[in-house]
Amino acid sequence: MSAAVSRGTVVIAAERCKGCELCVPACPPRVLAMSDTRNAIGARVPELLPGCTGCGACLLVCPDFCFEVYRYDAEASACAD
Amino acid sequence: MNERSATRTGEFLPRLQLSPDHDLCPGCGEPLVLRLILELIEELGLAERAIGVVGIGCYTALAPLIDLDLIQALHGRAPSLATGAKRMRPEALLFTLQGDGDMVNEGLQEVIHTAARGESVTCILLNNGVFGETGGHMTATTVLGQRTKNTLEGRSAAQHGHPIQLCEMIAPLGGAAYVARGSVHDAANVSRTRRMLRRAFEAQLRGEGFSLVEVLTMCPTGWFVPTAKGPGYLDEVLGSVHRVGELKRDGALITL
Amino acid sequence: MRRLMEGSEAIADAALAAGCRFFAGYPMTPFTELLESFAAKLPALGGACINAESEIEAIGMAWGAAATGARAATGSTGQGLALMQESLSELTRAELPLVVFNMARGQGDYFQATRGGGHGDYRLIVLAPIDVGEAVALTQEAFHLADQWRNPVLVMGDYLLAHTQEAVAARTYDFAPPPQKPWAADGSGGGRKSPRHVSSLGTTPGSKGIDPESFWQRIQAKHEAIAAAEPRFEAEAIEGAELLVVAFGSLARFARHAVRELRAEGMRVGYFRPITLWPFPSEALARAAAQVRRVAVLEQNAGQMIDDVRLAVLGAAPVHGIGGISTDPSGFGIGALLDPEGVRERIQGAVR
Repeated sequence: MSAAVSRGTVVIAAERCKGCELCVPACPPRVLAMSDTRNAIGARVPELLPGCTGCGACLLVCPDFCFEVYRYDAEASACAD
Repeated sequence: MNERSATRTGEFLPRLQLSPDHDLCPGCGEPLVLRLILELIEELGLAERAIGVVGIGCYTALAPLIDLDLIQALHGRAPSLATGAKRMRPEALLFTLQGDGDMVNEGLQEVIHTAARGESVTCILLNNGVFGETGGHMTATTVLGQRTKNTLEGRSAAQHGHPIQLCEMIAPLGGAAYVARGSVHDAANVSRTRRMLRRAFEAQLRGEGFSLVEVLTMCPTGWFVPTAKGPGYLDEVLGSVHRVGELKRDGALITL
Repeated sequence: MRRLMEGSEAIADAALAAGCRFFAGYPMTPFTELLESFAAKLPALGGACINAESEIEAIGMAWGAAATGARAATGSTGQGLALMQESLSELTRAELPLVVFNMARGQGDYFQATRGGGHGDYRLIVLAPIDVGEAVALTQEAFHLADQWRNPVLVMGDYLLAHTQEAVAARTYDFAPPPQKPWAADGSGGGRKSPRHVSSLGTTPGSKGIDPESFWQRIQAKHEAIAAAEPRFEAEAIEGAELLVVAFGSLARFARHAVRELRAEGMRVGYFRPITLWPFPSEALARAAAQVRRVAVLEQNAGQMIDDVRLAVLGAAPVHGIGGISTDPSGFGIGALLDPEGVRERIQGAVR
């Protein structure tokens, strides 16, 4: 079974996340999951799993402007992230 | 592990937003609309030709984050301020930002007359079906069955009357050129709302008259639901009464 | 050159001469003709006049216009001014220059104008012309003062002022040219990290913090500066007076006329007229009243300005009201008190 290949990625400004979890169901490939990491205000923050498509849905639904979205420039090699 | 080059396709903040820092609740839908407005004004090249008029509600706290000329209005009064400002600055894009308590309760007269007169302004309604800032009380748009601080058993027609569907009230007015209702409960609807806002601004810029975009936003705090349940509640409870879609375009009613 | 003009028209012309390019109002007697005059004249000058859906929207529209840097005005009569109070308070605290006309029904709106029916601490500069000629001058000065201080200015008129025709020299007064308004939200300030936010809330663009206390304290200091700089009054025959008659607005014409007559007949009576109802010319009145035996306040209401007179006189002489409520069957303020013989008798009666 091959690992998921990411066509994109996000940078998450976890320090300002309020743990609302709206990004999780909004992500079409379901590659955002709430981690057990908590930030300074005590909120659980999301983490990115492999398989991001860089679609930017998370950015659209985040009330706290926590997402920066990237698309990789070329097809991934057979390496997994 | 390979290093991969990437192109940034989405920034944390729109260029016209001064800071991401606000104290609105987790899961609030209002900041999502702010992003759309600021991105659109940037795209239209109107940063130096735009005036926003902000009402009173939770979203008032977003005003200091906006890198545009703004006028702070009293509760309900943004449309009249926008009218006066637009008459003196007809070349500027004028928009209001108001909640349902502000626009549909306190200020219902203002938005109706501004639309009827066909003032070239775009009123933007953030509709979450409650007075959010004061703690979650019933407004004119609260739907039947919805629990709020003063409809704890759920709004009942016999006791509390019926909700007002604002877009349906404004669309038939002669001065209204573009009227639409969007939602921000998922990414697809956020994108759809973006298109509605863009069409509203373009209608204003073409001199067609008044435009209104109502946007259903999540208020999990005011609805007494967990933040994760906000989008579903919005779609099912509010969205079943305040239906998403365009009601008027190019001055003509759209029959569904 | 002097021209016979109705007060409403003369005031509108004066406002336009001062550069007013926005007006909004709602018809109500005796303010309606002022609205009609602006509606007739503004479009040709490239301005806008809107019949608002209520007085609340009238002041709202004028607020929006003023916030973009335009010279704007609105007005009504007492009941309409009552509806405007929240906005008057708020836009004073947003430091907006706005001229507001109260074409009042009598003189019962003194408290409304000077104490304010709106919330919180705020002051309007209040100018009370005695006749159409002075109204033309004070109207133009109102726009100048509003811009100079970034504060609303209320011009207190009434039915007589609105509807009396007088021969008026329709001249433009030379105040300083309108100032630059870097604070105005005219739409051009976006995208450079320094937008103009016109607000009464004490916010700062780019900052989550809010400090209404400092902001409102600064406005309080400004009002104290206005109070020191702007009191105006008219006084006659103070020297040797034993009775001082105090009156404002149209009724002061009757008082002044009667005092002049009685003085000529040997009565030791003087006359004092506040021109600014706020800031009230307390120091000047205290000086005028210092040597008199009695102060008589002639006003067309149940006793409003008399409070300010008592505060100014501060016990130096007894203060009595010689006016009262007086109006016509329509309530427009054309009461029996507006009678030269009657006023003369009231003044004479004040010494007995």
